[in-house]
Amino acid sequence: MQVTMTVNGKEVTRDVEPRLLLVHFIRDELGLTGTHWGCDTSNCGACVLWMDGEPVKSCTVLTPMAAGREIRTVEDLEQDGVLDPIQQGFVSQHGLQCGFCTPGMMMTCRHLLDHNPDPSEHEIRVAISGQICRCTGYENIVRSVRWAAEHTTSEEVSA
Amino acid sequence: MQVPAPVEYERATSVDDAIAKLERYGPEARLIAGGHSLIPMMKLRLARPEVLIDINDLTDLAYIKREGDELRIGAMARHRDLLESHVAFEYYPIFRDAEEVIADPVVRNRGTIGGSICQADPSEDLSAAFAAVKADMVIQSSSGERIVPNPEFHRGPYTTAVGDGEMLTEVRVAIRPGCGSAYEKVERRVGDWAVTAVGACIQLDGDTITEVGIGLAAVSAQHFRSAGAEDILRGGPATEEQFAAAAAAAAEGCNPSSDQRGPADYKRHLARVLTLRALRRATARARGQEA
Repeated sequence: MQVTMTVNGKEVTRDVEPRLLLVHFIRDELGLTGTHWGCDTSNCGACVLWMDGEPVKSCTVLTPMAAGREIRTVEDLEQDGVLDPIQQGFVSQHGLQCGFCTPGMMMTCRHLLDHNPDPSEHEIRVAISGQICRCTGYENIVRSVRWAAEHTTSEEVSA
Repeated sequence: MQVPAPVEYERATSVDDAIAKLERYGPEARLIAGGHSLIPMMKLRLARPEVLIDINDLTDLAYIKREGDELRIGAMARHRDLLESHVAFEYYPIFRDAEEVIADPVVRNRGTIGGSICQADPSEDLSAAFAAVKADMVIQSSSGERIVPNPEFHRGPYTTAVGDGEMLTEVRVAIRPGCGSAYEKVERRVGDWAVTAVGACIQLDGDTITEVGIGLAAVSAQHFRSAGAEDILRGGPATEEQFAAAAAAAAEGCNPSSDQRGPADYKRHLARVLTLRALRRATARARGQEA
């Protein structure tokens, strides 16, 4: 069946099987491999992207369910060569080692900061509680999000 | 790689349209809302519908509101909506207790109330919470609407009173004066099903319990409920001795099985302890002593 959706501001149309999972559509049909394919069971959160402005686990969405919706992936965080504060936070606070969970973590945390610009450590830990990181022990991810909360202008971010 | 079997897909534009499509495609068609129960089942091929009817456009069913003396929850309300609902919390804090420990925040953005209770997983938390508050389920078909009281809704694991050509549209809970409610869950980690969970709803007139509901998840309690514990409490005083007797009855009346989440005797122990805790908290709330 033919599906049309908006991905990172651009309209895309593809002919897909209805059973195709959104994570595979994004990665394999559109080549946007920033969204990672992890546990396949909606536990790990590596595949988190935004659908109509809300973080969702794209391994548990069928592609036709996203038709007509607005999808935002990790590739859209960087704008005109400038990293989003959440990306710069992960860089400066060493919020990743292997990087597998990072795209999903950043999409969830960008959404958190958009709705709660000054989150407590507890609020950050709750927000990412459905996502698994096996490298950092979460400590540096929390620091990365706090860094992003404290550095919001592009001058601060790139300084 | 987990992939569902081939399936056809259509979108419903209204409740009537969804029901018409269910009638047209027959029993091998399934409604899909958030998909966070059904899609995992389809990946495991435990569910293999031939047609999916997507009801995500039925946003007019996404409400949580007070109407008259009832709290009404639309089937398309998401878990996050119930977690954040002020009106639900005002009358039934049990729902916030439960929603804080249902799945995880990202899953709660998608999963729906109607989808969860129609999945009828034996470990599902809201089924126990709705059993505790004695909710009524509104089921619609082309011949109209029928209301199913909570104990008759669940017919067994993964089986409900919703028949072919029917759709759950709403959950109704009577708003009762002097009522307090609470939910207690033990889980291995965020996002997991309960090892055991208990919800309690208690209505006080002075120190006398006039009405009470005890719901249990994950321990094979019939209809997610302990009628035995309720009978002990109803009409008696709200005392520790009564709570202890009811908690013992709740533990004895359930039928947990040993699995990777723990041995049966541990779950039975949890059923007792969590019933006690839920009753204490529900009572404190009924007395206005705790939020």
